[in-house]
Amino acid sequence: MKKKILPFSVIIIFGIIFFIFYKGLEDSKIYTPDVNTKKEIPVFNTKEFFSGENVKSSSIFELDKVYLLNIWSSWCVPCRQEHPLLMNLNLENKLNIIGMNYKDNLKNAENFLKELGNPYKEIFIDLDGTIAIEWGAYGVPESFLIYKNEIIKKYIGPLNQQLIDEMSLLIK
Amino acid sequence: MIYSVFGYYSLIIGLIIGLSLFYFSYKNFNNSSILDTKILSFTFLQFFFVVISFLCLIFSFVVSDFSNETVFNNSHTTKPLFYKISGTWGNHEGSLLLWLLVLTLFVLLFLVRTKNQPVKYKILTLVFQQIIIVGFFLFLILTSNPFNYIFPIPTEGLGLNPILQDPALAIHPPILYLGYVGSSIIFSSVLAATSLKIISTNWAVHIKKWILISWIFLTLGILLGSIWAYYELGWGGFWFWDPVENVSLMPWLALTTLLHCILVLEKKSILTSWVIILSIATFTLSMCGTFLVRSGILNSVHTFANDPERGLFILIFLFILIFLSILIFFFFHKDNYRKSYNFFWLSKETSILINNWFMMYFLSVVLIGTVYPIFLDVISSQKISVGPPFYHKLMIPFLIPFLIMMAIGPKLKWIKSQLEDKIYLISFLIISILLAYLILKNFNQNILINTILISSALYLFFITLRDFFVKKYKNISQNIAHFGFSLLILSILFNNIFASEIITNLKVGETFENSKTKIVFESVDQKKEKNYNAIIANFSISNLNGEEDIFSPELRIYNQPVIATSEADIKTTLMSDKFIVINLVQNQDFFNVRYQVKPFMLWIWLSVILISFGGIVSFLQKRS
Amino acid sequence: MKILRFVLVIFLLFSLGNLNAKESNKLNEITKNLRCLICQGQSVYDSDSEFANSIKIIIDKKLDDGLSEDEIYEYFKKKYGEWILYDPALNKNTYILWLLPLLIFLFGGAIIFKKLIKK
Repeated sequence: MKKKILPFSVIIIFGIIFFIFYKGLEDSKIYTPDVNTKKEIPVFNTKEFFSGENVKSSSIFELDKVYLLNIWSSWCVPCRQEHPLLMNLNLENKLNIIGMNYKDNLKNAENFLKELGNPYKEIFIDLDGTIAIEWGAYGVPESFLIYKNEIIKKYIGPLNQQLIDEMSLLIK
Repeated sequence: MIYSVFGYYSLIIGLIIGLSLFYFSYKNFNNSSILDTKILSFTFLQFFFVVISFLCLIFSFVVSDFSNETVFNNSHTTKPLFYKISGTWGNHEGSLLLWLLVLTLFVLLFLVRTKNQPVKYKILTLVFQQIIIVGFFLFLILTSNPFNYIFPIPTEGLGLNPILQDPALAIHPPILYLGYVGSSIIFSSVLAATSLKIISTNWAVHIKKWILISWIFLTLGILLGSIWAYYELGWGGFWFWDPVENVSLMPWLALTTLLHCILVLEKKSILTSWVIILSIATFTLSMCGTFLVRSGILNSVHTFANDPERGLFILIFLFILIFLSILIFFFFHKDNYRKSYNFFWLSKETSILINNWFMMYFLSVVLIGTVYPIFLDVISSQKISVGPPFYHKLMIPFLIPFLIMMAIGPKLKWIKSQLEDKIYLISFLIISILLAYLILKNFNQNILINTILISSALYLFFITLRDFFVKKYKNISQNIAHFGFSLLILSILFNNIFASEIITNLKVGETFENSKTKIVFESVDQKKEKNYNAIIANFSISNLNGEEDIFSPELRIYNQPVIATSEADIKTTLMSDKFIVINLVQNQDFFNVRYQVKPFMLWIWLSVILISFGGIVSFLQKRS
Repeated sequence: MKILRFVLVIFLLFSLGNLNAKESNKLNEITKNLRCLICQGQSVYDSDSEFANSIKIIIDKKLDDGLSEDEIYEYFKKKYGEWILYDPALNKNTYILWLLPLLIFLFGGAIIFKKLIKK
């Protein structure tokens, strides 16, 4: 009897290992931080994009409005792709789009906006990328849906029409 | 075009030969007075066709035949010839063809070189090896055919990943595979020997040579990968505990354990079950590594093209082999060692047992650290990272007794022994501790764990060093390898403790200066090569003693595919490496400059070469 | 001969005096233990992505503010999840990870011990 327990348990253990590897094959291994948990927005001080004046985060976000914070940069190619979508979204006037200019040359950034239009209600700058980290972002573009000083949802990478539709549902 | 056709049909023929070999083996097995010459010639033919297929792929790369999908994906007309050739195995399909080449090569060598062993054993080994070979033929033909045809024929290829365009990495896969895949023959032969119940001292002597071959190549293969990582990836690190590196380390640990364990079997005919398990584990871990790397189940610096379908195929095949070996082990193997065998606590066999014990522990740390994130993700979808701190914390404390055992163990005799020369063993220990303490004290690095570690490594160093002069070359190979290991640990420790680094941002013409080093950013040049454009930055760096070196690290922008890399400039001397890299910072006109002085870097490589040299000596030794 | 070797080794070690050994700073230590989200196989220390560069600036600031190493890890863990830490903390998710190797070690020791005392 004892002699049979060992082989069986070994086989069962390897069976389980097989199953786990099999399951593990299914999903992607590229890590993305959690995008759904609600978080308070961070507190930070920075400069306004056009005027260069100091601004505080508390003066940008009001409690009863819905905001979309968009991290962008003139050197980022996907930002160019998503920009028309932001322009449309701004026309719909359902939410306020705030821009965060990430590690950019201000001249280039201004030209970028001149060329493609400015969908942002307000823009502030993040020269060394540290504010982006406060937000828990790690690249450009990223967008955050904000209501009552809370991040409701995070969008990593360029937005597309589907995500924007989803956003409209969330706002309701 | 024509090469692809030849290559593909050679593979098909190879597969058919593989299948027919099962039939011949079956016939020969039943009346096995002598080995059927058909078997030998067919095995040779199979190897021959795989070689043809492999050559066809190489030629396709050389002539840039873009009607071949593999060539299209991994080559470009502007690549230098050398990298066209090495591109052959720098991709999934080609590297699997290399697997197959090594598999067939080893079984052929095994049949030719094995003498004085039962014919049945040879045939059965061939059968098990053919199971693996046929599996890989199917894998290659069904999921990753290297000779896929594309139409319309593209005029230009996509190019080879620039970080693979490197001499060390060009020869790394063939060397590594000789070790990695070479362990397949150990696996096949242990299954054959178990089925026939012929595991004995005689068998141990015969299989030891094959273990040594695999071990030597695996050691050198890992070394090459590490050297490559040192100057191509990251900033001066040479081992990142990255999953792909771990995956090559695991079979090495198993193989090293086996190498020690086989010594006991060779002398005492005990521990048979353990030898069987280790032999199976070695190849299984190699296969498992291929699965982990090729399926994309792991997240690693080393990017490989991934395809879940391929992953599934290897996974199923891997577990078929595992279950097959479990069945054979439990069904055929009756542990018939003399139950009464006594291990005396102070004897060579006990010391080897202790070696095995520690090696298995190290192996389990690496294995668990590597696969645990996958398990956790599947079971609870929590994602964690397991990195260097984990391995260091679990391994370093255990390294200390391990090193001391490595010094004392080989001194013991079989069955029962007494420690001779106790005085010098103890006095060496005291000297080592004192010396370690002095060295670290001198550099204000007096951390207890470092002192103990360096003491134990120094201890092994001195003991093995002394043995070169005292012993009449009784076991020179072991002594060389152990000496090499002590040197390796010492070099790594000193390299870590005494490394220094400067990170700064500089514009052209600027100077960085601290109390010890002065870095002048002299100028920037441009260079155009066939496969890349480069920005070359020229630095002159001087230290306290007034020695001045000129460095020219590069930023390269490869054209096919367009990828930017930074090439370090390294000045290697006997005692230390000076290492500089530059990087561009987005939207800034300065460069990020990193300058490192890494002592004993060369010694890390040399000591690994020494370790494998120990293996080579052992391989060449005639058995007295 | 032996003594000669000793002297040689000591001499070589001391000739390394021009290396500034003390400059092992905290920033490097911390960045080595953080995983980069852009090049996901590398540590922040090894990576030169924009993200990694910004993280280095943040850590520098936090160190100036007098935060301890653990507080800095906690900060990044909150922002990006446990994944970013290379050194997984011992908690209910990682008991097996940390303890299984040690259990295997004890188990192996027990087997050897049994073999030794068997008469």
